[in-house]
Amino acid sequence: MPDFEVKFAGIASPNPFWLASAPPTNCGEQVMRAFDAGWGGAVWKTIGEQVTNTASRYSSIDWQGQRMMGFNNIELISDRPLNINLREIAEIKKRYPKNAVIASLMVESKREAWHKIVSQAEDAGVDGLELNFGCPHGMSERGMGSAVGQVPEYTEMITGWVKEKARTPVIVKLTPNISDIRVIARAAKRGGADAVSAINTINSITGIDLDTLTPRPNVDGKSTHGGYCGPAVKPIALNMVQQVASDTGSSLPISGIGGIATWRDAAEFFLLGCGTVQVCTVVMHYGYRIVEDMIEGLEGWMLEKGFSTIEDFRGMTLPRVTEWKHLNLNYKIVARIDESKCIGCDLCYIACWDGAHQCIHRDRVTGPVDGPVELHATPASIEAVTRATIAVTPIPKLDGNARNGAKNVTPLERIPRVDETECVGCNLCSLVCPVDECIAMVEVPTGLAQETWEERTRTKECAAPPLHG
Amino acid sequence: MEIWSDPKTMRKQHPIIAERFPDLHPPFAKQAAVLEANRCLNCFDAPCTAACPTHIDVPKFIKKITSLNLSGSAQTILDANVLGASCSRVCPVDVLCEGACVMHRYNEQPIEIARLQRFAMDSFHAGGRKLRRKYLGSRAGKIACIGAGPASLACAAEMAQQGFAVTVFERRELPGGLNTYGVAEYKLTASASLREIELIEDLGVAFRFGVEIDPEGLRRIDREFDLVFIGVGLGQGHGLKIAGGDHSDVVDALDFIAAYKMARITNTSGKVAVIGAGNTAIDAANAAMRLGAEEVSIVYRGKRESMSAFDFEYEHAKLEGVRFLWQTLPIHVRADGGTLEVLHCTKVDDALRPISGSEFSLPCNLIITAIGQSPLLSLLESAKGVTLDKGRVAVERETGQTRNPRYFAGGDCVNGGREVVDAVADGKRAGTAMARQLEAAYARF
Ligand SMILES: Cc1cc2nc3c(=O)[nH]c(=O)nc-3n(C[C@H](O)[C@H](O)[C@H](O)COP(=O)(O)OP(=O)(O)OC[C@H]3O[C@@H](n4cnc5c(N)ncnc54)[C@H](O)[C@@H]3O)c2cc1C
Ligand SMILES: Cc1cc2nc3c(=O)[nH]c(=O)nc-3n(C[C@H](O)[C@H](O)[C@H](O)COP(=O)(O)O)c2cc1C
Ligand code: SF4
Ligand code: SF4
Ligand code: SF4
Repeated sequence: MPDFEVKFAGIASPNPFWLASAPPTNCGEQVMRAFDAGWGGAVWKTIGEQVTNTASRYSSIDWQGQRMMGFNNIELISDRPLNINLREIAEIKKRYPKNAVIASLMVESKREAWHKIVSQAEDAGVDGLELNFGCPHGMSERGMGSAVGQVPEYTEMITGWVKEKARTPVIVKLTPNISDIRVIARAAKRGGADAVSAINTINSITGIDLDTLTPRPNVDGKSTHGGYCGPAVKPIALNMVQQVASDTGSSLPISGIGGIATWRDAAEFFLLGCGTVQVCTVVMHYGYRIVEDMIEGLEGWMLEKGFSTIEDFRGMTLPRVTEWKHLNLNYKIVARIDESKCIGCDLCYIACWDGAHQCIHRDRVTGPVDGPVELHATPASIEAVTRATIAVTPIPKLDGNARNGAKNVTPLERIPRVDETECVGCNLCSLVCPVDECIAMVEVPTGLAQETWEERTRTKECAAPPLHG
Repeated sequence: MEIWSDPKTMRKQHPIIAERFPDLHPPFAKQAAVLEANRCLNCFDAPCTAACPTHIDVPKFIKKITSLNLSGSAQTILDANVLGASCSRVCPVDVLCEGACVMHRYNEQPIEIARLQRFAMDSFHAGGRKLRRKYLGSRAGKIACIGAGPASLACAAEMAQQGFAVTVFERRELPGGLNTYGVAEYKLTASASLREIELIEDLGVAFRFGVEIDPEGLRRIDREFDLVFIGVGLGQGHGLKIAGGDHSDVVDALDFIAAYKMARITNTSGKVAVIGAGNTAIDAANAAMRLGAEEVSIVYRGKRESMSAFDFEYEHAKLEGVRFLWQTLPIHVRADGGTLEVLHCTKVDDALRPISGSEFSLPCNLIITAIGQSPLLSLLESAKGVTLDKGRVAVERETGQTRNPRYFAGGDCVNGGREVVDAVADGKRAGTAMARQLEAAYARF
């Protein structure tokens, strides 16, 4: 059985699945239920000076009928009295001594204010502190949140103030609303941070109500930009995590955040170097219970791969992320369609014609032709033939009981064919194909040795590489 | 028995009929429609579109539902099929669009194309939208359509949209042909059929109801109009040619169905025998069940495998509680003092020969015959230059043009009795060709 216990920057946790600082960690009653459900740790909803929130606060992006692919909020930090939050934190640490409780902090940019909140949180018994330098709305207008996290000097200074006082590990939560996240990560390190967490939410306007012309979420006819999160942001988060993890200037433990919905997402964050992960939106969507699949799924995958701890595979993918100039230009793959799996939707065909390199054809019946685009029937001519065909309802009495072909056999003329001489191996068809493993991208040996752009320009003494592309 | 024979009242359903014939496929709620629409893969050169006789661009109208562009979605449907609302309710989609859906090969249920089509069309009607004209203004050329069934309606709508003056002659009081008088009420209500046709009237198509065109009438039309479209469908059902078959409680299925759809009958009592095993027999049997019959038996001389009803219709009839008597031949009808009592039958072998000693009596109070419709030969044969092939009007398939270049035809009278969507496809193809022909003719002046 894999061992899930982790020690993250000195904070012990029964597993690496933490709740991010957000509504799921708003109060003690919730956090206790979360721990009962299996969450290893909780970053308390950011505490500081008590605030007033608006109604409404959230909006979301639905995708093809699926709710909340992306989520947006304009909520501030905790709107509960500070002393109640602190009392509940203390109570929980007593009842759940093994689980990690981290206080997320945000106060005005004054040394004394930070010193005070740090000691209040630590007196309540937290295992660590997370500095919220990332909240992109509301708090930033008051000189807090991302107003701090976007300026390396402020980040370093306030981290320094906290470190003067803190006895527990300090995590700096990074904002993605900056052009190079590494600059802030390095500042946090210089300020003495023990770890970073990334990413906080991304500035966003999720959409506009086309009846009222008001952006969402609507607060009495007006709105403001919010913070974007949920499954949609995972690729952005992964990229930022990778940048920080590969940066020698920051080299701190990372708690990965952003769009984590399943154990698969979590595994990816670990492979890019994260020591724990934090989750918010999917819990807001489905509740604490989703952690069971996160743990079980990761466990199954680790057993299959022969990993017994997170450390066994943490960061394993980092060496495989490189710069474009180090990629092998002599690697050739082509698309191959598995006829027995193809359902004949012809999405690969139209995608290749309109969105790629016109090398998938519908000519299995008419006879395959390899070569340039001019030799082939176009999408429009294929559709025109169909529209001109007279189709009738098959009637048993008039047509005999013949059924026109078995419904579960794809007619040959609908199974597309890849012209491998023209295929550039871009992946597009395999990405649009709705059937798993129906289009495989297969390596074809070129007989050429590996050669990267850097090597090619160096050996051939080419001029500077093109600036675009 | 309550009589509801005023055609005006057919704009709404009779309450008893409404209660006994609720929607077989209830409409989608908005969210469910969007979810289902999202399931569609948006295939290229989609097989569902190819299988639809009117070649509705199915993925195009479905994807417009996902963005809630419902008027655009309905427009896509109407561009190909002006009776998109009724087709969405009556099409045997198992053997058409949904039968061709790639989802069958994906181990999934096919996309519910017809219900999505209905969703888009219902919203079009609810929004009070009108059919689009393709030509603004009017053009020279007078067209007569004979019959106001789906074939003629599609032809008339196409011509009117292209700016031509169309007059439709119909022997009944209401338009729609079998769409209004024949299709099972739980699929398409007469009132829904009529609502859809109001949009065609709105295009300026003139309707003459209660006018049965006979050979003389046809000669008059020939003199008055430039082009003629024949969409008269099929004629009366074949009668029951056995002793006692002329009893007044032996009724033709089409008359029975029309009577309940017009709410001229709202109730059936006792035992019913339905003779024949096609789709019409099934519709009549199901209707008799729903109208309160004690027992309904379908009497058919062939075996299950040779029945001409669609498989899904057979399965549906079983669920309605209809009994099937296979390899059974009616011999004579016995009435006692005027009331119908029994239908004498015999079992037959595979070669349809009576098996001696197998005779039995089937008690029944009503016999419904559904043994096929005959062509309207006397009218069709009187159309000069028009030729028939096995009782069907011979046409060029792409245009519906008969051997007389001024006469076009489509629907059941041409194809021998297929479906509404086939009639619409025929009518539209003919309308397009007729418009082209008139354009060319009048361009010469
Ligand atoms: C009981 C029954 C159930 C059916 N159910 C379905 C179903 O569920 N789904 C489906 O898709 N199809 C169904 N069909 C088939 C479908 O109704 C027909 O294929 C379709 O209506 C044919 O259209 P049409 O315009 O050719 O003919 P019709 O609908 O028959 O219309 C012809 C019109 O011409 C009129 N007419 C005839 N002669 C003259 C004349 N001399 N002068 C003036 N007017 C005249 C008639 O009164 C009628 O209104 C069903 C058919 C029947 C009989
Ligand atoms: C409603 C809401 C409130 C949040 N409040 C805070 C906060 O008070 N402090 C903080 O550091 N982050 C806050 N966040 C950010 C989350 O902690 C987390 O960084 C972000 O949601 C990304 O994770 P996710 O994609 O799993 O949701 C909040 C997020 C949401 C959705
Ligand atoms: S996308 Fe996949 S399933 Fe669809 S036609 Fe291409 S290979 Fe076949
Ligand atoms: S008209 Fe009928 S066959 Fe055509 S797409 Fe609609 S429901 Fe399917
Ligand atoms: S075949 Fe099915 S999945 Fe493909 S476009 Fe048609 S309805 Fe959609």
